[in-house]
Amino acid sequence: MRRSGRWIAALALAFLVALVAFPFYWALMASFTPEARLFESPSLWPEQPVLDHYRALWNERDFWKPIRSSLIVAGTTTLFCVSVGSLAAWALARLRFRGKNAILGGLLAVSLFPQISLVSPLFLLLRWLRLIDTYPGLILPYLTFAMPLAVWLLTSFFRQLPPDLEEAAAVDGATPWQTFRRVLLPLAAPGLATTSILTFIYCWNEFLFALSFTLGPERQTVPVAIALFRGQYQVPWGQILAAAVVATAPVALLVLAFQRRIVQGLTAGAVKG
Amino acid sequence: MTERRLAWALVAPALIVTAAVALFPLGWTVWESLHQHDLRMPWLGRPFVGLDNYVEIVSDGRFWGAMLHTVFFTAVSVAVELGLGLFFALALNRVFRGRGMVRAAVLIPWSIPTVVAALLWRFLFDAQAGIANAVLVGLGFLDEPVVWLVRAATAWVPVILADVWKTTPFVALLLLAGLQNIDPALYEAAAVDGATAWRQLWNVTLPLLRPALAVALIFRTLDAFRIFDLIYVLTGGGPGTATEPLALYTFNALFSNLRFGYGAALSVIIFLVTFLLALLYLKGLGSLTEEER
Repeated sequence: MRRSGRWIAALALAFLVALVAFPFYWALMASFTPEARLFESPSLWPEQPVLDHYRALWNERDFWKPIRSSLIVAGTTTLFCVSVGSLAAWALARLRFRGKNAILGGLLAVSLFPQISLVSPLFLLLRWLRLIDTYPGLILPYLTFAMPLAVWLLTSFFRQLPPDLEEAAAVDGATPWQTFRRVLLPLAAPGLATTSILTFIYCWNEFLFALSFTLGPERQTVPVAIALFRGQYQVPWGQILAAAVVATAPVALLVLAFQRRIVQGLTAGAVKG
Repeated sequence: MTERRLAWALVAPALIVTAAVALFPLGWTVWESLHQHDLRMPWLGRPFVGLDNYVEIVSDGRFWGAMLHTVFFTAVSVAVELGLGLFFALALNRVFRGRGMVRAAVLIPWSIPTVVAALLWRFLFDAQAGIANAVLVGLGFLDEPVVWLVRAATAWVPVILADVWKTTPFVALLLLAGLQNIDPALYEAAAVDGATAWRQLWNVTLPLLRPALAVALIFRTLDAFRIFDLIYVLTGGGPGTATEPLALYTFNALFSNLRFGYGAALSVIIFLVTFLLALLYLKGLGSLTEEER
């Protein structure tokens, strides 16, 4: 009974991995298939793999532009949120003061705001500030979800650290700031890295704000650029899938490299918090 | 400096930024929703109209359609995701070899842009190049290829499959973390008492997993309720407006019709419904944990 249960479980998981992987595999193969062949009978392996679609991304579509925009916007937002957020998280994880739970609850509530509820005022605000179709015009809206996310993740990481070393530093006469810089931050480096990766991924993937607050290819991010790909006569599937591969690969590699920590970060707050 | 003052000084920047970019705009949305603000007709100005926008919404057929689509999508996809997620979490909990690989594999759909997931599934269900038609016709389930996106009933198929594909793995990971918190001694005790595997699942696992299930349910419901990216890319809300959810209708009211006052009123309604759902769930969760104490 026990053994057969284990076999069924293993089989179910193999099925799960296959289901998850197949669309990726299929898109990857199609991105190397000449456009004309895409519409013939599908095959599991392209007979004559070509790089045409990837070349077209750089030569015809200027795909480096959205990549540059995404890197700038996601990178700046992440840096800002992790540095400002780590100060707040330190206080929330270690210092005693009233209103701590209210702050954490409030931030959680903000992170659950439906994005669409903020689109119209943010658009009017950014238009008034003349920030539509600029990088700051994306970074400011991104703070709405990135800041609460960073503070929550960092707080849960800081709480997991043993307080002994900080107490020892305080006994030795270190100021709170010295304790934070010299003791806590080095210890928390893995947590900071994980928080940065997750915040970056959320910003890299964001679509609604980037679609609403940009006007053209100069400032569009990767998801917007791909979603708005148009062909002259029909859907340019080869190029779309090549772009999808390019947009996904860096994120997928990051996730694979840091999967254990990411799972910890994602589930710790949800299950124990 | 006292500890309390230091703490407030440290949290202040993060709180001020969040308030400035999220709370203040939310208040602005509410204020805007009480005005007629039509960017196509700037000469009308921005007169205060009270609750007129809301009155119009009540008799707006497209709004009720969008509400229906959103509720339908949320109910179906969340139910499937929780059921499948629980199944895979139980499987993951029993298998030890290769768990790392499975975890890595299932994290990837969660981590990619929703836009990319939507495009992958649109390609799989493309009328000519899609493999879905090739397989279904090849196996004899269909007589001829289906043009999935031209009819409402068939357009929902790739939408729901794409959402299930992207989020079930994450639900499974969340529930797995809950399963790993359950004390194995409870199962041993149950086994000693002669409980079958099925009874152990029903009487030990599920009751103890309720908090994790509730958290997964809250996050998935709120997420599904504000669906935008997936449908924008996969069906564009079409055919016509047959798959248009609330967030997409609001987006269209804002940026296609340029009716900012009306769009703001729609946004407020989405916010209120989300807020009520969260409150309802939290209340349920609260009474649930008290019951256990």
